[in-house]
Amino acid sequence: MSDVKAETPENLSTHAVLTGRLDGAAGRTRKKLSRPWASIASIVIAFLWTVPTLGLFISSFRPRDQIQSSGWWEFFIHPEVTGENYVTVLQSGTTQLTILESFVNSIAITIPATIVPLMIAAMAAYAFAWIDFKGRNALFIFVFALQIVPIQMALVPLLSSFSRGINLFGLQVTLPLGASAGYAQVWIAHSMFALPLAIYLLHNFMSEIPGDIIEAARVDGASRGQIFLRIVLPLTMPAIASVAIFQFLWVWNDLLVALVFADGAAAPITKLLAEITGTRGNDWYLLTAGAFVSIIIPLIVFFSLQRYFVRGLLAGSTKG
Amino acid sequence: MTAFFQWVGTMHPILQAVVVVIAFAVVVAVILLLVDIAPRKGAVYTWVRLAMCLLIPLAVMWVFNSYYWAMGVAVVVGALFFFLDYRSRDGAGYLIQLVAFMAPAMLLLLVGLILPSIQTMYASFLNSSGKEFVGLNNYIWIFTQSSGVSSVINSIIWVLLVPTVSTLVGLAYAVFIDRTRGEKIYKVLVFMPMAISFVGAGIIWRFMYEYRGKQYDQIGLLNQIVVWLGGEPQQWLLNQPWNTLFLIVVLIWVQTGFAMVVLSASIKGVPVELLEAAELDGASAWQRFWSVTVPAIRPALIVVLTTISIASLKVFDIVRTMTAGNYGTSVLANEMYTQFSKFEAGRSAALSVVLFILVLPIVIYNARQIKKQREIR
Repeated sequence: MSDVKAETPENLSTHAVLTGRLDGAAGRTRKKLSRPWASIASIVIAFLWTVPTLGLFISSFRPRDQIQSSGWWEFFIHPEVTGENYVTVLQSGTTQLTILESFVNSIAITIPATIVPLMIAAMAAYAFAWIDFKGRNALFIFVFALQIVPIQMALVPLLSSFSRGINLFGLQVTLPLGASAGYAQVWIAHSMFALPLAIYLLHNFMSEIPGDIIEAARVDGASRGQIFLRIVLPLTMPAIASVAIFQFLWVWNDLLVALVFADGAAAPITKLLAEITGTRGNDWYLLTAGAFVSIIIPLIVFFSLQRYFVRGLLAGSTKG
Repeated sequence: MTAFFQWVGTMHPILQAVVVVIAFAVVVAVILLLVDIAPRKGAVYTWVRLAMCLLIPLAVMWVFNSYYWAMGVAVVVGALFFFLDYRSRDGAGYLIQLVAFMAPAMLLLLVGLILPSIQTMYASFLNSSGKEFVGLNNYIWIFTQSSGVSSVINSIIWVLLVPTVSTLVGLAYAVFIDRTRGEKIYKVLVFMPMAISFVGAGIIWRFMYEYRGKQYDQIGLLNQIVVWLGGEPQQWLLNQPWNTLFLIVVLIWVQTGFAMVVLSASIKGVPVELLEAAELDGASAWQRFWSVTVPAIRPALIVVLTTISIASLKVFDIVRTMTAGNYGTSVLANEMYTQFSKFEAGRSAALSVVLFILVLPIVIYNARQIKKQREIR
């Protein structure tokens, strides 16, 4: 029991508080640890990890002919800034779509594909954590194991389920989802693929809610639906927020699912960028600006919400 | 449903997203309402429950535009379910509640992951048109053809290098910056690549590796450094076999931040008393790290290694955007997509089964860990 407890996210944060209080003592111990070469090494690593992105960012604002003829580090010698690359790249694209339209597509794909699986996963996680039934552990482990099934295995059959409808043992269960159904295929596919991880992470968090609270609510006459809505969901909010950020980044950054399911006019920006990289791989004024357009939303989400994001990673990861 | 999505499909993209989310919220509200009604006593509620068990499957079948057969089956199953629930030992309404919470997720998993995986395993024994049984031919093809063999070997190189290097660097970095001034900024700098798409990362690093003939000014930083050091510019992404290593660097760049954040949090959870006791016993900094910190963060280390291993086996986007798998850099996931786009369904399926087999040991190991934990509980 205590083994499990020690690794839960809440306990991690209490740990953080505890160690924070003990910082004086700890500080003394650790100061002897830190040597000059350690700080030099960390500065070198931080530098190495930042320079590639910085180079891209600077390049995206340099005039076209300068990007093609001199390295971005020369920017510090001849600083010259233009927004033209961004204007050009937003209007360029394939015959069907411009980058700007695919950017809007990315938003339209990501919002439902984040909210829908999260809510469905929260309901299932609640059942796994607080409704007793036969074979609960086995089913839970099975769902966890699905997390690691490569989605590559599911892509092609799922595509044919969408285009031909689902046929179980000769029984037509659903009709084909027409091509005119917009983003439906991508939404549904992302929702399906997100479930194992989301259920796993949310379950870990929910099962740590003290049983007394739920017992007390039940004694007061609250139904399961009310307990879920009024007690479990609010208490799980930190985990939900972080899984939501995780899912948001995953869907936004995805290429594989988009390549298979988001055809023509529904393509997200990653797909268009990959196409531009293939066809105009040396037009660096397009690629740098285009990459930065695609990065900007995840970076905003990441920097404004990284605190929750990190907690979400820990909610599941410290338990494995 | 098809009709609904087609109707939604005519709207502005953002409006589509909003409408779908609202429609979904309504469905969830109905489910929660049913959960609420399920356990109530009284004749009226019994009738409501009965109606629920018959009408909902019917409605679902109708919404999914299915045929009458499926509707008939749904009604029979619904009625059976109602009587089972009525006699349930855990009180009337128990099954309805359980099913209401679980069914959406389980249905999606069944349709989206379980059935397709089985279909793929089956399809891997069929020919390209999916009509003729060809036995192990597709697998034989993978292992007798140079691009197939090299993609298997490359995948194994990825899964050996990426987890070890990014975990080692992440761990070292986490230890170095632990409790130093500006720790947060240090963390964000290395963690940031996690937010960047693999496509974006691919472009960033293609730019780093960009090659110009030696008579020109270099615009790729790596070649410029080589030139500054007096060397000749290299075609980093074309020169076999080293080009695979230069692709691997990209995933290491992305994953190190993840390893660092998780390990850093778990280092902070190591009891200070233990470290102090070790220090009093005269252990050096290295000894304290090796025999106190490392054992204490073992669970986190396992998680990090597992997660990154899986990510590196499944890597696709980086290879796709940087070399498209040419020049001997292909990996299983990329080869699988290539075969899929060539309409070689059987080969594509066989490749993803090989990928699955490589991931399988990791699944088993982790499932065992969870089982252990749930037994402790």
